[in-house]
Amino acid sequence: MTQAATTTETVLSVRDLTVDFPTGDGVVHAVRGVSYDLRPGEVLGIVGESGSGKSVTSMAVMGLLPKTARVTGSVRFRDQELLGLTDKEMTRIRGSKVAMIFQDPMTSLNPVYKIGYQLAEAVLAHNDMSREAARKRAVELLEMVNIPQPDKRVEQYPHEFSGGMRQRVVIAIAMANNPDVIIADEPTTALDVTVQAQVLESLRAAQRETGAAMVLITHDLGVVAGQADRVLVMYAGKPVEIGSVEDIYYNPRMPYTLGLLGSLPRLDKREQQRLTPIQGSPPSLVNLPPGCPFTPRCPLAQDVCQSREPDLEAVDGSGLGASATRVHLSACHFKEQVARQEPADLFKATARDADLPEEFGGGFGIEIVDNNNGTEDEAR
Amino acid sequence: MTTQADRPAHAVDRGEPILSVRNLVKEFPIRSRGLVRRTVGAVHAVSDVSFDLYPGETLGLVGESGCGKSTTSRAILHLQPATSGEVYFQGNDLTKIGKARIRALRRDMQLVFQDPYASLNPRITVNEIIAEPLKIHGLYGNTGQDTVNDLMQRVGLNPEHGNRFPHEFSGGQRQRIGIARALALKPKMLVLDEPVSALDVSIQAGVINLLEDLQDELGLAYLFVAHDLSVVRHIADRVAVMYLGKIVEVAPSDELFERPLHPYTQALISAIPIPDPRRERERERILIQGDVPSPANPPSGCRFRTRCPLFLTLSEADQSKCVNEEPPLVAKGLGDAHTAACHFARVQEVL
Repeated sequence: MTQAATTTETVLSVRDLTVDFPTGDGVVHAVRGVSYDLRPGEVLGIVGESGSGKSVTSMAVMGLLPKTARVTGSVRFRDQELLGLTDKEMTRIRGSKVAMIFQDPMTSLNPVYKIGYQLAEAVLAHNDMSREAARKRAVELLEMVNIPQPDKRVEQYPHEFSGGMRQRVVIAIAMANNPDVIIADEPTTALDVTVQAQVLESLRAAQRETGAAMVLITHDLGVVAGQADRVLVMYAGKPVEIGSVEDIYYNPRMPYTLGLLGSLPRLDKREQQRLTPIQGSPPSLVNLPPGCPFTPRCPLAQDVCQSREPDLEAVDGSGLGASATRVHLSACHFKEQVARQEPADLFKATARDADLPEEFGGGFGIEIVDNNNGTEDEAR
Repeated sequence: MTTQADRPAHAVDRGEPILSVRNLVKEFPIRSRGLVRRTVGAVHAVSDVSFDLYPGETLGLVGESGCGKSTTSRAILHLQPATSGEVYFQGNDLTKIGKARIRALRRDMQLVFQDPYASLNPRITVNEIIAEPLKIHGLYGNTGQDTVNDLMQRVGLNPEHGNRFPHEFSGGQRQRIGIARALALKPKMLVLDEPVSALDVSIQAGVINLLEDLQDELGLAYLFVAHDLSVVRHIADRVAVMYLGKIVEVAPSDELFERPLHPYTQALISAIPIPDPRRERERERILIQGDVPSPANPPSGCRFRTRCPLFLTLSEADQSKCVNEEPPLVAKGLGDAHTAACHFARVQEVL
């Protein structure tokens, strides 16, 4: 898991990062101001639903977005600004200082080269050594991620590996140059659970071995609970809550986080409570209305939520007194009201879709709970 | 094997099963290359699967990719005819009767697909999509549109949006449309093939609640095929775990998760992360090594033995039993409703 951060220095510092994509329908504001600090050895989990901007954020950090994307803000690796570097300069950083693991191991390996070649390529890109030595290092790396018979496996092609093993090869490539930061974008989403357990084990080994800090992007709140030290929750292109993993799971201060937790069916609970979904769907990022983007789905929404978007601020009992590693931030006008609430206190255990007007509430005698926030969100 | 003999004891009061699957086998031929494509082998996708589904009950069918759970559901509905075995739906053996009778029976058994983007025709309106089964079965008539409106309300959609096309709806709404279409003929059984796995959690929860409500209201039986065990524990009354084409364990839901008998079930449950940091970090994982063997050439005896953590701890004599003898799916002293296919099954708590 983690060596707790002992120093307050940061390896990666992201400030006010925004990413816009001009499209035919208007500008998509995919990321609307993300800031976070990553300390050495720390695991930061970034969670959010599809389209919340969590992957685009990390692609921007790695400089992997297409040229049409407009990126502003600042990404600093130790003392070096990464935004605005030329591709050649960025190539020296990628892999050696900041490495990335992608979701789909079928497409992130080249099918026409042997595994050993691809591993050695990563090693040789940043080190002046002989092919022999690079090959030896490749075998070593495969061993570290628990691939049996690594000396034979380096001679094989990606298609001879199963999905889980391919992902472990990708992890081995990411750790090849002892990077300081590993960004893992949904590293286990495409995998079965028993294979996911193996891959998470390898990921942990990679982190232990290199002492790297990690950004773990996922939509699986279970994976984050087991792996992360701190968690950043994203909604509509912005972080809406940041805190230690315990703050986020046991004392969430943003209604969206609470709603996510209440939507999860639990494997470990005998008395199955009815789930409390968040009604409606995330907003379109093309023409966001002013105010908090969660307003149409939020049970606590008031007039102020429609006019002013809340800033990410420290919650009570956190803030200035607490050390920087413990600070718990939430972007909600009513964050103190969320404290100590259960999901069922705020969200209705409804089966309805948000765009059903009141007059259709009756249905077939199915007990339908009114959504009293009056949402009549149009189906998009 | 008769229906009476292996019906779980606790289910007696639920009457006759609505669906009985007996020794179902589905094999896909592997053909040689070249001009004359001879059959050179077979992928044993489903091998000798038997289970019952009772009216009003939800049976979860779980397992990892390639274990045969989707093939089982398709063979049951006769979408891919079974190689051998029997499927009794309300007393009729679907594998024996003709096409016309199957079509009549299809009214009572409907399917909800996994991908709400691929399972709705993008060229016709939602009204037409939901009306299609009614028209096919000659039930549309004068009241058809009213029925469609009712169905849309029932699944929590606004009937005024019936003239829209599928692309105008979100993923969760599309899945509701798929459910409305499945309900159009007032079926008695729904086969749900990964109905919520393509949805985000906040949307997924609403669809799960809807499925629960519909079952209470309409007395439907669900065969719920899924790989997400958290969802299955939430919604299912009984759970059947599949591995490499075979059912390895069946038990009432709480019983299965609290007292799993089969080493594969134990590994599967222990591999699922729990969204509770303190509990999650205290858990012990049972890691199973390697990958699922090819279903074209499954291991002899117990199919899980090549990856089984229990197998490694056994004496040589016991190991040879696993290699040579296929373990039957039988009760192991935890009541007749809890059966497992393992020679050396023993309870291990993994949550």
